Amino acid sequence: MSRQVRTLAICLAGGIALSACGGGGFKDDNASPSAPASASGPVALQMLIASSGDAETAAVKAATDAWAKKTGNTVTVTVASDMNQQLAQGFASGKPADVFYMDAGRFADYAKQGSLYAYADQLKDNGDFYESLRKTFTYEGKQYCAPKDFSALALIINTDAWSKAGLGDGDIPKTWDDLATVAKKLTTDKQAGLVLGTGIDRAGAFVVQNGGWWLSEDGTSATAAQPGVSEAMAYVQKNNKEGIFKFNNQVSAGWGGEAFGKGLGAMTIEGNWIKGAMKNDFPNVKYVVAELPEGPKGKGTLMFTQCWGIAADSKAQAQAVDLVSSLTSVDQQIAFADAFGVMPSRQAAADGYKTKFPQDAAFIAGGAYGHGPINVPGMEQVISDLNSKLENFAGANLADVLKGFDTNAGSALGK
Amino acid sequence: MSQVDSGRAGSGRRAPARVAKRGTGQNQTGAGWLFVSPMLIILGIFLAIPIVMALWVSFTDWNGRGNPFGSRVNFVGAENYTSLLTEQGLSRQDFMLSMRNTFYYVLGVVPVQTALALLLAVIVNQKFLKGRTFFRTAFYFPSVVSSVAISLVFVYLFTGTGAINTILSKVGVIGPNWLDDPRGVIHIIGEKVGLWSIDAPPSALASTEVMNLSLWEWFKGPSVALSTIMIQVIWTTAGTFMLMFLAALQDLPAEVEEAAMVDGANRRQRFMNVTVPHLRPTIFLVLTLGIIGTWQVFDQMYVMTQGGPAKTTLTPAYLSYAAAFRQQQWGEGAAIAFILFALIFLLTSIQRYLLRDKDEVAKKKATKAQAKAAKAKGALA
Repeated sequence: MSRQVRTLAICLAGGIALSACGGGGFKDDNASPSAPASASGPVALQMLIASSGDAETAAVKAATDAWAKKTGNTVTVTVASDMNQQLAQGFASGKPADVFYMDAGRFADYAKQGSLYAYADQLKDNGDFYESLRKTFTYEGKQYCAPKDFSALALIINTDAWSKAGLGDGDIPKTWDDLATVAKKLTTDKQAGLVLGTGIDRAGAFVVQNGGWWLSEDGTSATAAQPGVSEAMAYVQKNNKEGIFKFNNQVSAGWGGEAFGKGLGAMTIEGNWIKGAMKNDFPNVKYVVAELPEGPKGKGTLMFTQCWGIAADSKAQAQAVDLVSSLTSVDQQIAFADAFGVMPSRQAAADGYKTKFPQDAAFIAGGAYGHGPINVPGMEQVISDLNSKLENFAGANLADVLKGFDTNAGSALGK
Repeated sequence: MSQVDSGRAGSGRRAPARVAKRGTGQNQTGAGWLFVSPMLIILGIFLAIPIVMALWVSFTDWNGRGNPFGSRVNFVGAENYTSLLTEQGLSRQDFMLSMRNTFYYVLGVVPVQTALALLLAVIVNQKFLKGRTFFRTAFYFPSVVSSVAISLVFVYLFTGTGAINTILSKVGVIGPNWLDDPRGVIHIIGEKVGLWSIDAPPSALASTEVMNLSLWEWFKGPSVALSTIMIQVIWTTAGTFMLMFLAALQDLPAEVEEAAMVDGANRRQRFMNVTVPHLRPTIFLVLTLGIIGTWQVFDQMYVMTQGGPAKTTLTPAYLSYAAAFRQQQWGEGAAIAFILFALIFLLTSIQRYLLRDKDEVAKKKATKAQAKAAKAKGALA
């Protein structure tokens, strides 16, 4: 008996030792080199994308195929089913995809981890990307990657409800007071004046308009309790209590676009992705898009973006950078916009985009004054805690919630 | 005479055989190990080694890049555990919330699914029931469908304007916004009977904090959203456990039941005094599997709610996933998993103790007492 136990123990211990020394799965990391690792000869690049659908996958494949043909390399595009998990697996194994989509909200954690290769300084015309996008992908003073494209929030207005309330073209709100006034006029028993998605990814636009932000400019301290943030939140809460602003969870809708399409709200604040949803789900609802009203500190909106990440562990970084520059050229960005409705991250492409999609002018205008997401490592947990406390916006004790955010963010930043 | 002969012949034959067996004994052990080695290797690679590695990760600051045994990874002692258990902060708050949620979840799901499974098994086991096979298949069907697929269907059924609320409105009931409703069931009941108001909770409960959560929060009960998930899980798993009860019921000899009938036991008495004692090992199995499965609940949260609304469907398993894959806090994620393991181990042990066979224990005790008494007697003498 005891011998059997011992043998079993030896087997197990041996197995563990083997796997640990064998090192098949994991790679002991060494410092990331600053010069690009450049494999010689034709290389086979792996690309991992989180695709919104067949149109996007096909467009990305066509673009990478064209580059591959021109340069003699090959690119394999894989569509991730769970981007977080597949990226994590790659980074842990030391053999990640060479090029991948990197979400702005996730970016800082991966940059801190050392998984990303900072190549932005090698790009031609890097300065042509919108400044706020470049800032979004900057960690510790260094811009890491090239913004792929972006979306920005704007005010979506139901034209039927608008004219029914006796409002005309000149009534499009320019200020916070205007917004509250028209929202009041648009509010009926069954329809709120403005429906907002829950969380700071929508209500946060008012914070930008009020000149505030959740963190200080350098990202070292939390500033949610300061007037820039708290006054903006109070404005939203006041109108929410009056019933003229409502959140999607108050009207049983999954998001602002659904509430808007179902006529539960006459206006909503959403990004350019709403176009596709309206076309597919609510083709009969007529709407116009306007820029968000100005707050006390001027124009402001929120921008959402992804960049083309290149792995620090990639063996063919030089080729990957070349691929990314071809994917972020003005022509290619317009081609992507055509294929799946994203907005180009280059200012040089803005005019071409506006001529092609004149109805999107309000969205793309946000590029000039929008603010990207919070991009400091370790904030995920803090932000989701804040969002969960703001789910019941009208009932939330804002002072406590914002102070709580500052405390939690403070300890996350200290780590 | 012949008996003795054959006995002798037998023993005579046996002796050399024993010697021979001794000789092949070593070989047999070796062969045995050889035969089980594929399983051992597979279990080792996919089970034992990952568990040991995760345990190691839970004591380090590994950030998810490269080898967790590499030179850049620092051993941080129990830091990941203390941030979950003893340090004031967001990690402990979330962990305690997940513990509270899952506690109510287990409390609701395990007894109901066990009782329902037993009921279904008894119904399906009726000899005179027409279409038994149909019912058996129908009850078992949810168990063989992927829980992710079922979760997606439930999301559509239980949206604010979904089928469930439409049916409810037909009979004049305004259903809640099921999966978006964070109000606790105990809170709602308390408000209905006039104990308190949810918007202005009693200050004695709201201001006393235990482990980052106020007593008011601790005694919230499962939220409406969590209750919706509980309904789904009970419906899904009752079929699986029904099958186990059914197998045990079919093992129950008809004579025993008939004997009870002859003794004049009525239906209820036969069920309580014959069937249930016979099912004791199965009940133990079902409860154990139920407790383990419910504490580890993950799929439904991942598909349906992602921990929301207001973190009322956060569970330790989902929190562990979120900590590792979303926040890149791999050590903390692993630590949550091991605390959960310890908790399940503890609960299963307690349950094993409570459900032990009392007759057997009594018998053991009696023999022990006898031996003691005999010993004492011997000492006296």
